[in-house]
Amino acid sequence: MLPTSLSSASTMIKAILIFNNHGKPRLSKFYEHYNEDTEQQIIRETFHLVSKRDENVCNFLEGGMLIGGSDYKLIYRHYATLYFVFCVDSSESELGILDLIQVFVETLDKCFENVCELDLIFHVDKVHNILAEMVMGGMVLETNMNEIIMQVDAQNKMEKSEAGIAGAPARAVSAVKNMNLPEMPRNINIGDISIKVPNLPSFK
Amino acid sequence: MSDVVEKTLTALPGLLSLDSQPGSNKLSSSSKLGSLIRGITELTSKHEEEKLIQRELTSIKEQVSSPNTSMRQMKELMVRAIYCEMLGYEASFSYIHAIKLAQQGTALEKRVGYLAVSLFLNESHELLLLLVNTVLKDLQSTNLIEVCMALTVVSQMFPKDMIPAILPLVEEKLNHPKEIIRRKAVLALYKFYLIAPNQVQHIHNKFRKALCDKDPGVMTASLHIYLQLIEENPEGYKDLTTSFVTILKQVVGGKLPMDFSYHSVPAPWLQIQLLRILCLLGKNDQSTSEIMYEVLDESLRRAEINHNITYAILFECVKCIYTIHPKSELLEKAAKCIGNFVLSPKINLKYLGLKALTYVVQQDPKLALQHQMTIIECLDHPDLIIKRETLELLFRITNAQNVTVIVDKMLEFLRINKDDYTTIDLVGKVAELAEKYPLIHVFLSFGGPLLPENGKKIWFIETMSTVFSVGGDTMQPDIPNSFLKLLSEGFDSVEEDRKLRLFAVDSYVSLLQGEPGKLPQRFLQVISWVLGEYSCLRADLEVDTVLRLLAKLLDMKTTSSETKSWVLMAMTKLCEGGAGVSVARGVSETYSSSLDTVLRQRAQELQHLRTRSYEPGCYPDTPAWSPWRMISGSPLKEKSNIMLVSRWISLSFLDGFVSEALAAGAAPYKPPHQRQEELAQAKALSLEPYGLSLPISMSSCSITDRQSPTLLSISSGLSGNSNDLSHKGGSSSLKLDGVKRVWGREGYLAQREPAEESAHVEVPSTLRSPSQQGGADGSHSQTPTHTPTPEPELEKQQLASSLFVGLGSHSSVCLMGKSEPTPQRFRRKARSPASSSGASKNISNSLVSPTITVDTLMCNNLLDSRITSEPDVSPLDQTPPLSKGLAAASGSCDEELPDSDVKGSSPSLIGDDALVAADPAPHEEPPKDLLLSSYLPAELSGLSHSEIIPLSSDQSLDLSACHVQKEGDLVLVVFIYNSSDSDIQQILLELDSEELEVSCECDGAVGGARGHSVAVCQYSLSVKRPSVHVELVGTVSYQFPVGTPQSVQFSYKLPLSSFIRPLTLSTEEYGAMWLDFSHDTKQNLTLISDDPEPLAASLSVLKKKLQLHVVEIIGMEGIVACRLLQDQPCLMHCRLHAGTLAVWLRSPVPDLPDCLMYFCQRALQEH
Repeated sequence: MLPTSLSSASTMIKAILIFNNHGKPRLSKFYEHYNEDTEQQIIRETFHLVSKRDENVCNFLEGGMLIGGSDYKLIYRHYATLYFVFCVDSSESELGILDLIQVFVETLDKCFENVCELDLIFHVDKVHNILAEMVMGGMVLETNMNEIIMQVDAQNKMEKSEAGIAGAPARAVSAVKNMNLPEMPRNINIGDISIKVPNLPSFK
Repeated sequence: MSDVVEKTLTALPGLLSLDSQPGSNKLSSSSKLGSLIRGITELTSKHEEEKLIQRELTSIKEQVSSPNTSMRQMKELMVRAIYCEMLGYEASFSYIHAIKLAQQGTALEKRVGYLAVSLFLNESHELLLLLVNTVLKDLQSTNLIEVCMALTVVSQMFPKDMIPAILPLVEEKLNHPKEIIRRKAVLALYKFYLIAPNQVQHIHNKFRKALCDKDPGVMTASLHIYLQLIEENPEGYKDLTTSFVTILKQVVGGKLPMDFSYHSVPAPWLQIQLLRILCLLGKNDQSTSEIMYEVLDESLRRAEINHNITYAILFECVKCIYTIHPKSELLEKAAKCIGNFVLSPKINLKYLGLKALTYVVQQDPKLALQHQMTIIECLDHPDLIIKRETLELLFRITNAQNVTVIVDKMLEFLRINKDDYTTIDLVGKVAELAEKYPLIHVFLSFGGPLLPENGKKIWFIETMSTVFSVGGDTMQPDIPNSFLKLLSEGFDSVEEDRKLRLFAVDSYVSLLQGEPGKLPQRFLQVISWVLGEYSCLRADLEVDTVLRLLAKLLDMKTTSSETKSWVLMAMTKLCEGGAGVSVARGVSETYSSSLDTVLRQRAQELQHLRTRSYEPGCYPDTPAWSPWRMISGSPLKEKSNIMLVSRWISLSFLDGFVSEALAAGAAPYKPPHQRQEELAQAKALSLEPYGLSLPISMSSCSITDRQSPTLLSISSGLSGNSNDLSHKGGSSSLKLDGVKRVWGREGYLAQREPAEESAHVEVPSTLRSPSQQGGADGSHSQTPTHTPTPEPELEKQQLASSLFVGLGSHSSVCLMGKSEPTPQRFRRKARSPASSSGASKNISNSLVSPTITVDTLMCNNLLDSRITSEPDVSPLDQTPPLSKGLAAASGSCDEELPDSDVKGSSPSLIGDDALVAADPAPHEEPPKDLLLSSYLPAELSGLSHSEIIPLSSDQSLDLSACHVQKEGDLVLVVFIYNSSDSDIQQILLELDSEELEVSCECDGAVGGARGHSVAVCQYSLSVKRPSVHVELVGTVSYQFPVGTPQSVQFSYKLPLSSFIRPLTLSTEEYGAMWLDFSHDTKQNLTLISDDPEPLAASLSVLKKKLQLHVVEIIGMEGIVACRLLQDQPCLMHCRLHAGTLAVWLRSPVPDLPDCLMYFCQRALQEH
């Protein structure tokens, strides 16, 4: 049931859970494999651990039994009706993750224009997509809100254009789509001040 | 931003019922998902929900398998299936359709398909093979979004065996023009590396290329790989250290575009990642560590914005600094940083502060001492997590002296804790401590027992009882096992063991007489074993009584059959020899017909033994020759029994197998809680002391100074009360004193500690004789820091003293690599003269205890020989061998006794009346403070002077010094005491300092000093270059009429605060000066918050302690001015800000603001 030592040592984020004040799951994403029952138990256990905590206590918890004890910790934030819980490797920076949650929520807020619990319920797939731009396979991929939003927007644009040309032949559609992937302007900005790694022996 | 979210979210619960609200348009009422969700929210019971979802799933199932369902509809169905799965209902029928959707859908439908696949399936799911082709196709797609999707799904899960199929494609993506693709490809490759490291070996240098990618995002992604690689093999990547350092330097220096900033901190997560990598690289590697010192320093310095994320970086920095090869300067800053965390009012930061302390405490116990009051507060914190972390910290500083208090605290926590995991963990730790420390009672009795012998045993048994009852049946099974083993194997003395077992029997009998139904099964098993084995030790205990108590257990419904068999076994042992027949008969008859075969077996045995008289070797020839059977022998044959028991517990017949396995390279077995502890330690520090470069071990360093015996006792932190202690005379019960008297006459440890440290800093290399130590204590007790404290505070302080007792000495011991009792013995001896010297004024002949004389003599002799052989080497440099020599000296003092007598009673020494009183033995630090102070020049005598501390000495000269603060000057007074009989014609004193300007009134030449007299010279000092502590080194050269020239070297250190004087200014003048000054520093300091006017209170403390001049207090702000001798102004501006005192210091003198900040901080903390 518990993951092998190899995979538990490597993935920095083990699971991301969102549930409301009553423990109803609103999003659950596991980056380690558990069977269905265990996943549900983890959600319940996590809710149990998190929900009984007051508002003015710290945002960190040691993982429960299922989640792997002291090897993992839970870092959570509580926004009105929702709990956002990240279950991470115990070597992970608590405060860093705490702010990552903030970035996630702010991004959701931007994407849904004042996000609310209902958005999460009705657009589970979109929320997952936003999350996928931020965390990939348990690793933090992007922490910059604007960048995440830009990627998500690009996909949304594609959705619209796809709807518009729903009848068009598939080949034409893909031709249009190819133009849609955005490029962050930072690639231009970065120019000469980009980070240089000096003296890499393998590239001499 | 988050406010907005919160507001919106707060407004929401109503939305589900009120459609008219703006949010309701999101409730696309037409959608099936919408109606499903609405349906669910209307439900009241779990059962109804289940019914509804099952209905929903049936309908989804029908639709997905219908050939008419379009991909578009399929997508919608998938979302519904995802929702059901999230609620915990299996929708396995939809898995194959999810794959189909990913295969056949257009980009958007594909996305949902992939999403569903990644949520439903796992790496080993067989259906995943069907996805491989789709992934392959999408990786080659011209549509970048599809490529991204494929990479995402690949990094979430991919069948290991199929990696080779797509590896070339993913590799290719490393060169893709779009950075987002490159980034995702890097992470996908990382995932491959994790699940199949061999397959990506050949692309390791592509990782390097990714590290050098022109896009910082790609570089960041590649750090995941490097973190992992370096963790596995730090040696292989040392060459990259410079690169990582360069990257970090650029990031910290703000070279990244603004895009990467988060709350105006440049790429914080990247910084954190880099720091973690550096931490791994620098561990145990001095040269690599040296490369990173600079950037770490800069990181610490730059992280100044008050935001969570900056603290995240700081925390990582601190961790790194404590992990890599230490650099004193950085460690100091890091320690300060930890202090900021610990003292922070923000609970998250406090938690991290505790965590950091836990991490560093074994390396730097002083830090825990510094924050002991905060730690005590955290013990009572309402947040269990904080409490838990505090206990973890205490667990690491447990020693023989504070173990009872700490275990108490842990048990207290266990009683309120509800979380299983924590309970198991903590129970393991308590058991570990309880079992570890009764074993050392032999050592404890060295300096007098902590508890009365019996009390200690009771404590052990009771602690274990609590462990068993709280730990219940979830605890690690090895805890009861090892407890029983401990009990049966016993310690050293037969009598002691007997007592221990008696206590156990007593305590368990009374437990059984209470409410045994509430006890956990494991505990009942332990109880029955102990009663069966040892109740015969208590002669007045009727076997019948015990049997009846045990029989009661059998009748309880809650008792498990395993426990019952333990109980039956105990009864079997007890009713040996025909006692308690009636009870046994009833029981054996009941259980002979039990359905449980094990119980039946036991009952049969009981029956047999009851009827047949037992003889060794006469077991019934039952085939079931179980270990259980073996131990059910007679308690009268205790000895052999015990052997059997321990064999049973240790399963010694497996020893051969174990040793083979060990020889074959297997890891030795460790009990689970120990494993966990080690794991935690592996995550923490390597605990090897890093030599003496640590500033944090300043106290410990000084141990190795030549004058160690007394210094050692000072640094131990609990001996400062030596005075008090020795007056009471009962120095045989040293340990007890350690606990109780720390909280003694001069206040409690928390106050003492900083004071002592500062005293210590000032005189790092001086011989503090016991008497002067006493004097020092006296002066500490007079300092304004000591104020009477209210009751609850008092309790805390008492707790503090008992919790942190022995911590200092503990550390010194570790660093010295000696066993604990040694320094304690040391201390005792070192102290004993304190009492006599206190009274020594009216003792004309040497009555100082001979041992100490020997110690000191040995010390001096050793020194002398050193000095004469290498006259140029300052005694300071000869540290470690000497301290060892000393230890040896104290050990072998008996042999040297005659020698000391000779010197001690040498009549020629007792000549001059004035001196003899204070000079019982020549090298026993002759002139006492009081006497020396009478030599102070007349013009200085009215002024307050620092304590007179001995600096250095050789066979004929003793040097002491103090400084006197005059209003416009600081005067250093050096006392040169000629302890020899002959007169010295010419003494030359040279002083030198990097930081100080020394002007002398006597031109360096002191002139002569007659035998047994004191020459005094004074110097006026002023600061050239400010530094927190300024130091002088000096040489005294002299020559006897006959003999060769000799010299004594010494050093004298004093805090910069002695040079601070008030500067009287008007507010206007202040304003004018403020702008002119170029050097400044800002920091938030602790406020004295218990005062109604915190600002005024804080400023008055500063004024009192540092002689500042408070110019004006305006509302929340205050302005303060001072000058550094002679006339270098420094201005201070303070403001109340978020519960702290925001201090801004400005001065025309570089470094002065920083130094002054240090003193302000100290003053406020010590308050």
